[in-house]
Amino acid sequence: MKGLDPQAALKDMLLAGLVALGLFAPLVGLRTDVSPTGALFIRTRWTDVAIIVGLVMAGRLAMHIFLARREARAAMADLSKPGRFATQAAFLARILGPVLLGVALLLPAIPGIGRYELDLGILVLTYIMLGWGLNIVVGLAGLLDLGYVAFYAVGAYSYALLAQYFGFSFWLCLPLAGILAAFWGILLGFPVLRLRGDYLAIVTLAFGEIIRIVLLNWVSLTGGSNGISGIPRPSFFGLPFSMEGGPGTFAGFFGIEPSPVHRVIFLYYLILALAMLTNWVSIRIRKQPLGRAWEAMREDEIACRSLGINIRNTKLSAFMIGAMFGGFAGAFFATRQGFISPESFTFIESAIILAIVVLGGLGSQIGVAIAAIVMIGGFELFRDLEEWRMLVFGAAMVLIMVWRPRGLVGSRQPTVVLRERRRIGSEHVAEGRG
Amino acid sequence: MAYALQQLINGVALGMIYGLIAVGYTMVYGIIGMINFAHGDIFMVGAFVALITIVLLLSGGIMEGPGAIMLVLLVSMCVTALYGWTVERVAYRPLRGSFRLAPLISAIGMSIVLQNYVQVAQGARVKPLEPIVPGGFTVMTEGTFVVQVSWMQLVIVLVTLAVLAVFTWLVTRTALGRSMRACEQDRRMAQLLGINTDRVISITFVIGAALASVAGMMYLLRYGVIDFYIGFLAGVKAFTAAVLGGIGSLPGAVLGGLLIGLIETFWSAYFSVAYKDVATFAILAIVLIFMPTGLLGRAEVEKV
Repeated sequence: MKGLDPQAALKDMLLAGLVALGLFAPLVGLRTDVSPTGALFIRTRWTDVAIIVGLVMAGRLAMHIFLARREARAAMADLSKPGRFATQAAFLARILGPVLLGVALLLPAIPGIGRYELDLGILVLTYIMLGWGLNIVVGLAGLLDLGYVAFYAVGAYSYALLAQYFGFSFWLCLPLAGILAAFWGILLGFPVLRLRGDYLAIVTLAFGEIIRIVLLNWVSLTGGSNGISGIPRPSFFGLPFSMEGGPGTFAGFFGIEPSPVHRVIFLYYLILALAMLTNWVSIRIRKQPLGRAWEAMREDEIACRSLGINIRNTKLSAFMIGAMFGGFAGAFFATRQGFISPESFTFIESAIILAIVVLGGLGSQIGVAIAAIVMIGGFELFRDLEEWRMLVFGAAMVLIMVWRPRGLVGSRQPTVVLRERRRIGSEHVAEGRG
Repeated sequence: MAYALQQLINGVALGMIYGLIAVGYTMVYGIIGMINFAHGDIFMVGAFVALITIVLLLSGGIMEGPGAIMLVLLVSMCVTALYGWTVERVAYRPLRGSFRLAPLISAIGMSIVLQNYVQVAQGARVKPLEPIVPGGFTVMTEGTFVVQVSWMQLVIVLVTLAVLAVFTWLVTRTALGRSMRACEQDRRMAQLLGINTDRVISITFVIGAALASVAGMMYLLRYGVIDFYIGFLAGVKAFTAAVLGGIGSLPGAVLGGLLIGLIETFWSAYFSVAYKDVATFAILAIVLIFMPTGLLGRAEVEKV
């Protein structure tokens, strides 16, 4: 049993303070500002530096005390039993899914839920859907895609352009957007069939950026950085949402008081349905030969090839189906916002979606949902902090990764079993789980 | 002809900057096999530290001569190296031996952190800096078109060559360089033979960050405008350069940087400025698809 060594801890704390001083004194302590004449001048902020350095030292000391106590506890604990956390998480994961779905279904009916909460719910569900879509590519097929937002953009622009130039309705465009995005998925998937791992990641990133730059510069078609505005809002299967309440509108048809909340509730259920469709399709496909081929390919591509699995078709189908759901989500995004511009489809969006998938635990449906709620909901909590919230977001990404490299939900039941059902620990598989 | 020569000069100066950043990517990739996504932002931090030092020296009235530039370079390298070390220590070391995606996500998170940290600490507005080394000399005149080499471009090329020379000596002739190369070939074996691999990896990050800070300072002096977002594009392009030259190969990184700089400059000069990034990204895709080992890289043998 090892306790806290005060001398070592103190020394380490001082060292951490010194490093923090070196890090923060130049960039925080000396702020460059542009004076009215256009020249730069320096404003010193030594108090801020002192506060940060003090915080770092205190944090370091706290970490030492915490680690020493945990070590002492771990020395006494029985190692043969599975971790308390793992058992709890498995139990939670089993009941959490139905509970979350129930809450999601009843959300608009819960008293005290207003327009703001519903909008937040729509946002979270959009990211859950994108996460599940990307999960097919990254979590199941093991293809690291850093340009997923490209398909989101394709979906959004498909709907916006088709509506603008041909006057197509949302319900016609939704499948079209999915098909077009799937087509782009195949198109971008073809050249990268031979690439693996990090190389694949960087090429998909490049593709994502190319699509964004083209959208930005093809002004005659897409309006460039001004984007496309006035995208038609969805109708309730042909009945528009309107404040007039005439017989042809949603409120008039059902004989209820017209209210702007109707559309929000409708959009909420729409994205819930789309997200659940994504979820259902992924779970179903996972049990079919295609899904098994994906998971096998993720674990060992060479073994798959030797066993006669067509790697090309397997990869392309993963790109295609993943992209299709991205396209659906994009069309939904366009109709909800009524305005889109290339600004919404930057690399950072791809990074956020990938972070949700990895933080949730690759391949785990419920994990992705939890990660999306935590990250996007948490992001919303820090809304008043303006420029700080992205900082907190990035720090949360690093911390969660360091704390649980396998994601929040660390194990799940295997899809296919031989005789008995055994839990597969995350350490046994290469990338995803189960 | 004169126009092309001018583009060549501009392209080489730009390519040197990309090359310096690319070395950092290629070293880290060689040793621990991960894309250090935050490296572009380390470059940005380097540019900011250089800016702050220059403004400090200017307000003290001692920003004159090559000595001052050397001082700025030194300060910037030291502070940025500390950032590189901290990033590795905080975000990557705890994940060593973890599965492949974990450090990548952590690196993306770190990149977001660095960007927004600088935005919060230094403000979101662009920082303009008046030219420190103005003027230049004329190489040739053709009609009304004058081919000029600015002193700044000369400084960039000379400093880059000097830094790279020191760096090459470090990697090829010293004990440290030997252990770095050993770690690159087989990390576990190197550890068995008594090399402190954790320390070697830390030093790799420190050196990479120092080189990136040189690039950052050169970028600042050349363009005179920086903001907190310059790291992303420069980082992706430098990574392209590293891949083009063959990832893991140090001369390849510099060569790749030069090529990317030239391609970008010539593309902007003869085709379209708006699509210059598309050109770079397209090259990245094409190289990886048809020549995955790059120009000077070794083919990877996969053992089953």
